[in-house]
Amino acid sequence: MQEINRETLIAKAKELLDAGTVDRLLGWKRGEFDWDVTPAVFTADNLGEFVYNSFCGANFSKYLIAETRKSEKKVLVFLKPCDTYSFNQLLTEHRFDRERVYAVGIPCEGMLDVAKIRGLSDNVASVTDGETVKIETLWDGEITSEREKLLAERCLNCKSKKHVAYDELIGEDGDVLDSHRFDEVERLESLTPDERYAFWQNELSRCIRCNACRDVCPACTCEKCVFDNPNSGLENKAAANEFEEKLFHIIRAFHVAGRCTDCGECSRVCPQHIPLHLLNRKFIRDIDNFYGEYQAGAEVGSRAPIVNFTTDDLEPSEAVRRDENA
Amino acid sequence: MRKLSLERLDALLSSISEKMPLYLPVDTDGGAHFVRFQSGLKPSEKLLPSKSAKDIFFPQSEELVNFKVDGKKIEIIDIRKECEDFVVWGVTPCDAKALRVLDNVFLAEPIDSFYKNRRDHGIIVSLACARPSETCFCQTFGIDAADPDCDVAIYKADGYLYLSPKTDKGEKLVASLADLTEDTDEKPVEDAKNTIRERLAKLPLANLKADAFGAGKTSKFFDAPEWSELSESCLGCGSCTFHCPTCQCYDIKDIDTGHGVIRQRCWDSCMYSEFTKMSAGQPRLTQKERFRQRFMHKLVYYPERYNGLYSCVGCGRCLRVCPIGMNIVKVMKKLGGNENA
Ligand code: SF4
Ligand code: SF4
Ligand code: SF4
Ligand code: SF4
Repeated sequence: MQEINRETLIAKAKELLDAGTVDRLLGWKRGEFDWDVTPAVFTADNLGEFVYNSFCGANFSKYLIAETRKSEKKVLVFLKPCDTYSFNQLLTEHRFDRERVYAVGIPCEGMLDVAKIRGLSDNVASVTDGETVKIETLWDGEITSEREKLLAERCLNCKSKKHVAYDELIGEDGDVLDSHRFDEVERLESLTPDERYAFWQNELSRCIRCNACRDVCPACTCEKCVFDNPNSGLENKAAANEFEEKLFHIIRAFHVAGRCTDCGECSRVCPQHIPLHLLNRKFIRDIDNFYGEYQAGAEVGSRAPIVNFTTDDLEPSEAVRRDENA
Repeated sequence: MRKLSLERLDALLSSISEKMPLYLPVDTDGGAHFVRFQSGLKPSEKLLPSKSAKDIFFPQSEELVNFKVDGKKIEIIDIRKECEDFVVWGVTPCDAKALRVLDNVFLAEPIDSFYKNRRDHGIIVSLACARPSETCFCQTFGIDAADPDCDVAIYKADGYLYLSPKTDKGEKLVASLADLTEDTDEKPVEDAKNTIRERLAKLPLANLKADAFGAGKTSKFFDAPEWSELSESCLGCGSCTFHCPTCQCYDIKDIDTGHGVIRQRCWDSCMYSEFTKMSAGQPRLTQKERFRQRFMHKLVYYPERYNGLYSCVGCGRCLRVCPIGMNIVKVMKKLGGNENA
């Protein structure tokens, strides 16, 4: 159950619209069902369709790139704690104009994963949030589940309830958490190379190259991705073989290394439920181990260890040796 | 009409797979997927496989032809082979209908021999939908999920599996399974159909109508102001197109192997920036135009070309996979106005 509700957010939006602080806002539009909300731009006229519930997980930071280009007026954006890290990372990379945004930090109790709900019933009439989530089904009556069991993976392993960027906060700010987000990475590291290969082979064989992971990713903001560019020699609309299946993901993981904030959007949107966050977390952990703890997006303007140089840096050969012994 | 106890389903599937390749949806970490049957595999109980049976007839990528280059000599290597008969088990009625949509495109001159080969040899076994989902709206397009358009319709009722052959191919398959099945009257299946139809009528999208769309509506909808709002947060990921059982667009690419060329085709998506790019450039400059293309094709252009048939079958996959919760139902409701209540 979220601490804040639709009414609180609408009241805040109206207040800022009336005061002329902003002239529009990014929010979620009501869908056909409880779970199919759509990111949208609102003004005072269409706030009736504004919705806020535990399916409003989309990270709006990346939308600010396009939205801030549309007008010099400020746009209001509501940011969950994890979104604020992407927000800062985009600012570090000069991807949008901070002056054109009014950011309101909102608390978050974790978002629900509709795939987990579908695991309980594939005919969901409605979902009522609470410590016990009630799922009204079409043919099986009401099903209930502990909220914890339906949380999205990224929320179960939430790294921080602290907002690292905002103009204003609703509610109390939280803390950086001791999460278990690297447990699964450690498990994979403990496998033999062959077992690990088999794991990724199995997962990535389902990839249909829809590119949703890339398109939603706040670290993927190239004007033209090499994989879309016929002149790059890498353009590729579908994997022709097992090698190409992995090529896309390896290049992508390397390209976002040090910039990925672990917001979890890639895994949220993957229609084939591929645990992409594990690739990113492996890089994050390696960077932490080799160069000292670093959280992308924690502050604006920080230099990621892999684009920085200090005389204390680990020699590449030492990094390779440690990884081999891992 | 024949039946067998559901407890003997594995024997039935094994018997089919001894005769010919059998594909069926099996549960994986990422939803149900079609795989080739091996003894011990259990068919998924899920209503809808993550991706449709289309993939078996029109795979995401395939080689078309190879060229061997030796100096100035080019040898054309035709790699086509007639495939053997095979069975696709557990196709949903919507996905079965989707093959008819593809047939119009691929089986008309110039015939797509790759698709035709598989279509000629594939036998479609379709399971009527006893437990439709909230995302289902096949009825909007005149599809009866209680009476699938396929080679053999199957029903599960009171512990039995009923097999109802609907074509010659289907008759032959069911006849070949005579030693495992027994004759039965139509009554239990008629009851099952009635229950299914009662459920279909209760679905949340049961009243969605497509009447506002169809042939001749291009000028009415092409410049509709609503497209901007509908497409404003679309990521252009193409997930909707790659899961859609009726999307049929592909691209062809020559891969230089150093001593020849592999000509490969793979699915393409109207949602992509490079789609149908020509020497003069890209005809659809922004995501709005690309988004519009997808829905106009399903609801207006295709029916205009093919006798009023829509190229959406209401499977609901695009409702499930879109990262931003945008889909054809929202488009129809927004553009169709009151006609679509
Ligand atoms: S979202 Fe999933 S299926 Fe799509 S390209 Fe990424 S990993 Fe592949
Ligand atoms: S859309 Fe219709 S045919 Fe398809 S799965 Fe749902 S009920 Fe069955
Ligand atoms: S447009 Fe959507 S609902 Fe219609 S057939 Fe395609 S995926 Fe299914
Ligand atoms: S409508 Fe949804 S699934 Fe389709 S391209 Fe846009 S964001 Fe992706």
